[in-house]
Amino acid sequence: MDFQLPEELSLLKDNVRKFVDAELIPIERDVCDGHKIKPEMRTMLEEKAQALGLWLFDVPVEHGGQGLGLLAKAVVWTELARTIALPTRAASIFGPLVSPILFHLNDQQKEHYLYPVIRGEKVSCFVQTEPDAGGDPGAMRTTAVRHGDEYVINGTKRFITNADASDFAQVFAATDREKGSRGGISAFLVDMDTPGIKLLRQQETMMDDRPWEIAFDDVRVPAENLIGEEGEGFKHAQNWISEGRVRHGARGIGVIERCLELGASYAKQRVTFGQPLADRQAVQWMLVDMYTELHQLRLMVHQAAWKADQGGDIRYESYMCKYFGDTKSFEAADRCMQIHGGLGLTTDLPIEKMWRDQRSFIITEGPTEILKMALARQVLREYG
Amino acid sequence: MKIMVAVKRVIDYNVKIRVKNDETGVETANVKMSMNPFDEIAIEEGVRLAEAGTAEELVAVSMGGDGTQETIRTALAMGADRGIHVASDEALEPLAVAKLLKALADKESPDLIILGKQAIDDDSNQTGQMLAALLGWSQGTFASKLEFDGGHVSVTREIDGGLETLRLAMPAVITTDLRLNTPRYASLPNIMKAKKKTIDQMSPEDLGVDVTPRLTTLKVVEPAKREAGVMVETVEELLDKLKNEAKVI
Repeated sequence: MDFQLPEELSLLKDNVRKFVDAELIPIERDVCDGHKIKPEMRTMLEEKAQALGLWLFDVPVEHGGQGLGLLAKAVVWTELARTIALPTRAASIFGPLVSPILFHLNDQQKEHYLYPVIRGEKVSCFVQTEPDAGGDPGAMRTTAVRHGDEYVINGTKRFITNADASDFAQVFAATDREKGSRGGISAFLVDMDTPGIKLLRQQETMMDDRPWEIAFDDVRVPAENLIGEEGEGFKHAQNWISEGRVRHGARGIGVIERCLELGASYAKQRVTFGQPLADRQAVQWMLVDMYTELHQLRLMVHQAAWKADQGGDIRYESYMCKYFGDTKSFEAADRCMQIHGGLGLTTDLPIEKMWRDQRSFIITEGPTEILKMALARQVLREYG
Repeated sequence: MKIMVAVKRVIDYNVKIRVKNDETGVETANVKMSMNPFDEIAIEEGVRLAEAGTAEELVAVSMGGDGTQETIRTALAMGADRGIHVASDEALEPLAVAKLLKALADKESPDLIILGKQAIDDDSNQTGQMLAALLGWSQGTFASKLEFDGGHVSVTREIDGGLETLRLAMPAVITTDLRLNTPRYASLPNIMKAKKKTIDQMSPEDLGVDVTPRLTTLKVVEPAKREAGVMVETVEELLDKLKNEAKVI
């Protein structure tokens, strides 16, 4: 049994860390304007990302990316999470955001929808969540009904990131509401200029995202824009959703590490009532808990990623990585904020941003309670 | 032209050094190690010369325990063609390293050997100079710029109060200063390529070099803690303290 990262990944880790320390942390409060990277910063940082050879690092080799395995990606995600410089939810500096579902398109669809995204010519959004269907997507009410060579889509979607900037959407709709997530949901490629699509309103949030609510009113989509077969909307989702959950865990490692760096060094500097904070057990224990949870999370994430790279099924490991990673990294940001006192609340330091980001992840992309529900089913099967 | 670059594995420059309790040295267990920063500059210079077509081959060499391979691999990921690792668990002193490098130079016949001017762990700043003497080659130390013409290299050196330029006949030994270049990040594709490059392994005995330490370290201690400063009220008080407490005037 070997718990070391392979030599090339430890080199990769060192390099991304150097990049983050030298190029991103010094400017981390200046990179974004609101929740988007400033254009001049984007150009400068994209050039550096290309020199690092990390362009499209999460896109498969056959589509022109680096095709990194999950462990390698986890290493990169972890190191990047040590800084708040880059938006946590939007396209970053490593190439266009390519939704993994696009890799499952047929050849004709790839020509129109995958390759233009990789080339940076088209932008897409992921349209699944509804006011009454989030972590339980099988309950969605948006329907797609077939009429001859077309599907007609009707319904309302909420929390759609980037809807205003998108050329097309990957829309999930019920083709059989009875079956729900068991074969009743289909996915479609829908051009955003199709008549009947309305952007209703954009919402302010405490996270790096200003998502949209959008309406589909008799939106007619050619039948050839169906992804896969009818009812197979979630067929390919399992793999990349598991990867996405591991990503949360990997990010958590980076966040906890940064919180430890900030928290421990401030605790040594700040003297209250004649004693450094670092000498007080209340503060020491906060740091020790962060240190221990960092170790736990790193082992969990590395093991899950390693197993996925061996071809293993990491569904349950991925639930644990997300739930443990998001909650513990949020707690780390919270403790780090507490150690810093009032300073921790200011935008001079990155803590409040990490705090908001990590808090939001406990809800988005799979809330803790739903992950625990799935884990409960498994633990009762396995040990009951 | 063939270039040999020597790299050393040292405690990472970001690590806060701790002296061992028994005062025999500094703590290296569970401490992050990386390539000596001056050696990164040496590798970078070699890679740039290879990219410019001035050099045909770039060989990265190092000596030390198992971890040394990782440092050589970093050099390969930055662009060196192959590596040589002289495996030894002895504490290698500058003279021993210079002798090993001479033996490697005899084997490899490079036209140029580039080293960092010193290593950030012991700050000896001796190996390059000793190596040049052992080989009987020209030396250009603290280089901040290199220019090649025919069989010569012009070396700009940073000296007190200005710059000095030497023109050396090759083969030559160069040691790097901070301002020679800014080392690159090893790119991901190059990290993957480095996995396939070879690192030859040999021992000091294979090279016929005796590396037995000639120095005995008596003890290693931390620098004295700096006392907090005091504010003085008057010039008279300051003079009094300088005379009677600090005893400097």
